[in-house]
Amino acid sequence: MSEAQNFKYIGRNTIRPDGFDKVTGRANYGADLTLPGMLWGKILRSPHAHANIKRLDTSKAEALAGVHAVATFADFSAVGDEAIEGGEGSSTLLDLARNILARDKVLYHGHAVVAIAAKTAAIAEQALALVEIDYEILTPVLDVRTAMAADAPLLHNDLYTQNGADKATTPSNVAARHEFKMGDVAAGFAAAEIIVEREFYTPTAHQGYIEPHACTVRFDKDGQSMVWCSTQGHFDVRASTARLLGMELGKLKVIASEIGGGFGGKTTVYLEPVALILSRKSGRPVKMVMNRDEVFKATGPGSASRSWIKLGAKKDGTITAMQGSLAYEAGAFKGSPVMMGCMTAFTPYAVPNMLIEGFDVVVNKAKVAAYRAPGAPQAEFAVEMLVNELALKLGRDPIDLRLQNAAKEGTQTIYGPKLKRVGLVECLEAARDSKHYQQALAANQGRGVAAGFWFNVGGQSSVTINMNPDGTGTIVEGSPDIGGSRASMQMMAAEALGIAPALLKPIIGDTENVAFSAGTGGSRTTFATGMAVIEAAEDVVRQMKQRAASMWNVTAEQVDWVDGVAVNTAGEDRLSLASICAGADRTGGQISGRGNINARGAGPSFAVHVCDVAVDQETGKVDIVRYTAVQDAGKAIHPAYVEGQFQGGAVQGIGWALNEEYVYGASGLLENAGFLDYRIPVASDLPMIDAIIVEVPNNFHPYGVRGVGESGIIPPLAAVGYAVENAIGAAVTDLPLSPPRVLQLVQDRG
Amino acid sequence: MAKLHISTSINGEATEFLCEPHATLLDVLRNDLQLTGTKEGCGSGDCGACSVTVDGRLTCACLVLGVEAQGREIGTIEGVGSSDKLSVIQEKFLEHAALQCGICTPGLIVSTQALLQQNPDPSEEQARYFLAGNLCRCTGYDKIIRAVLDAAATLRAEQQGAA
Repeated sequence: MSEAQNFKYIGRNTIRPDGFDKVTGRANYGADLTLPGMLWGKILRSPHAHANIKRLDTSKAEALAGVHAVATFADFSAVGDEAIEGGEGSSTLLDLARNILARDKVLYHGHAVVAIAAKTAAIAEQALALVEIDYEILTPVLDVRTAMAADAPLLHNDLYTQNGADKATTPSNVAARHEFKMGDVAAGFAAAEIIVEREFYTPTAHQGYIEPHACTVRFDKDGQSMVWCSTQGHFDVRASTARLLGMELGKLKVIASEIGGGFGGKTTVYLEPVALILSRKSGRPVKMVMNRDEVFKATGPGSASRSWIKLGAKKDGTITAMQGSLAYEAGAFKGSPVMMGCMTAFTPYAVPNMLIEGFDVVVNKAKVAAYRAPGAPQAEFAVEMLVNELALKLGRDPIDLRLQNAAKEGTQTIYGPKLKRVGLVECLEAARDSKHYQQALAANQGRGVAAGFWFNVGGQSSVTINMNPDGTGTIVEGSPDIGGSRASMQMMAAEALGIAPALLKPIIGDTENVAFSAGTGGSRTTFATGMAVIEAAEDVVRQMKQRAASMWNVTAEQVDWVDGVAVNTAGEDRLSLASICAGADRTGGQISGRGNINARGAGPSFAVHVCDVAVDQETGKVDIVRYTAVQDAGKAIHPAYVEGQFQGGAVQGIGWALNEEYVYGASGLLENAGFLDYRIPVASDLPMIDAIIVEVPNNFHPYGVRGVGESGIIPPLAAVGYAVENAIGAAVTDLPLSPPRVLQLVQDRG
Repeated sequence: MAKLHISTSINGEATEFLCEPHATLLDVLRNDLQLTGTKEGCGSGDCGACSVTVDGRLTCACLVLGVEAQGREIGTIEGVGSSDKLSVIQEKFLEHAALQCGICTPGLIVSTQALLQQNPDPSEEQARYFLAGNLCRCTGYDKIIRAVLDAAATLRAEQQGAA
């Protein structure tokens, strides 16, 4: 692609095509579908963090009037221990089944054990109370340190540490150890004139989407089974559910409802297979909706982490070595994103000597799910806190120090490839030149700067554009729209076709009316599905030119396409897209274009945030005074929604830094499973969030797009964390920086 | 327990329904009356996704029993704007890109309407505090607050034009 493209529609802030339905309440989300004869499904969950199930008797529940079906792990007894694709993070089908309904052991407070479908939700709840379970309570393991101890109680007797190609022979709570290295860190530290190191902790935090998980399903023996659900990837729901139930893919239709937030947490299944089993047993449609307590206890969260990081530098600011060790909680089953933490931690820096190891550790908490740039915020928190400390000790401006060591095109990464063209330097410069960065701090205020890196992914996307006789068209895509991506698809198709965006209606097809598309995750939708949209639009243009050529008796090569009009280069003829569509019945039938791709070349997006805080040293309360989020979008298709991604990511990160954490009692019970006590940021907690869009084009996308969904949550933990450290003059190591913790730091400082 | 017969008004329309004594107004709206624009995010009054008005007062529908609607005027998102024209608040939410996933949007629009009825000229801080009961996890609130303040300014200008 050329460096500066002249766009007609790209870069405008259009009104989103799904907007009317969303501001009027007409949009249908996961819990909004009702079917005739529908039953309500409810789940009985473990009251213990770790226990063996000694006896399970559902007979009294089954006998209750109005109860139509009961499901337990026995319904998954044919499921094998095989790897599953899709979603984010590694897992096996058996682990997935055991997470959905416990087998012989409950592994966390809120772990599902029995599901019941009844005529009403109230009857289902009554029936749950009639289920008899004898538990043998076991000691819970609630932290990576305890879990990794030699004498730790084991969650699984058959889990052996995978360390590269080696597998341990005695069982452990450590599922895997990963290592990445380049250069010689010992030599790098030997060459250093200053060394900083510290241990850090980040708590379990939840994605906190406002819409609880929900589905309505109907099993059909004749191959017309249907699942309606709120998900980031309905093809992944189809794959997981069909495999768990032993169904063929073609006999299960999954419809993605509107989705009320996901942030990675809706890339796996909890309810859908259970609801379909209940429907299969009862012969009736079944609806299941989690309440907020269930969402906090049994879905999501992001990994808690313990990390140790060490950096060495010369007095001139050159960083000579970076080393680290990360341990992430996976929850009850293996599969934390610690490997991605290892791969992202040092990537903002061009440093020859790096070594990092990561441990994937099971604990008695809900199995973690992907959470926006999974694994990166925890690791980058530790690294960026220390880069700020290094700047302080060297007497250097923190942005200037980062510019000196910044990764750029050609920088070798620790995980393999050299970086292609990236925009970290441009982001750092924009942050440095921002009005915010020029402003002086007042008393009791502090400033933090932090960078973040996320790979972004491509993958499979499928799109069909169906033209109509009046020149309008429908874009059928397969990526659930979680934040306004239909607006971007509409604009990219309009740009490629040369017609007004409003003439095109983007919709999310179900698993039967669009071909396979990977889920909305990895910041891939505007990039990869966008490429498929452009390809489908170009296919439409190619056919339009052929139709015009056949009417003019010229070859297609003699036809140009200019602003939605076919132009005969051998004469004066002109035919608009609308007139070709209107006459399509005489030239071979109506036109549709296809784009089926496996997108490569996702461009990484770097982010740089600047945060100013004010700390009340008497109460420990931290207020965000100013906040600026800078990020490389490659090319912003719809700038307002790109800004929205930056701002939303920043505020989720602010919540993680300041307030959010799972609080467990000694017996491993979750004590704050609700929005009152698990406090996500509210409007009065925040100032405006300044968003600065940097555009360093990604040459692998026709319009230069980089995904922007995830990088924005990576820098806030250290931007806020170091701002607090800077304000109070005491080292910050643990999140969240809630008032009691900050007050303790102030008091310990003296 | 037998269901109770309730006569109420929803968005200005006389409405009757039967409901269990324990059913919340939110359950009745969503499951019995198919008014699913009012969303459930928590069921405990902490998120504001189910914001409605009861006799003009902003309320979480999950904290009110269905039977309490007897003789009251209930206002929901379905009563904001009209089928052919959005309200100024709705338009401003779209113009400012003040929604991403949109699940909190109905509640925020109902709450914003209540705010601007009480205070047609809120400061940024007043808007932030009034809307602190409406959780949004996607936007970081920046564009929501801008939409609210722009809607307030537009409505004031319309009022002055009409006066």
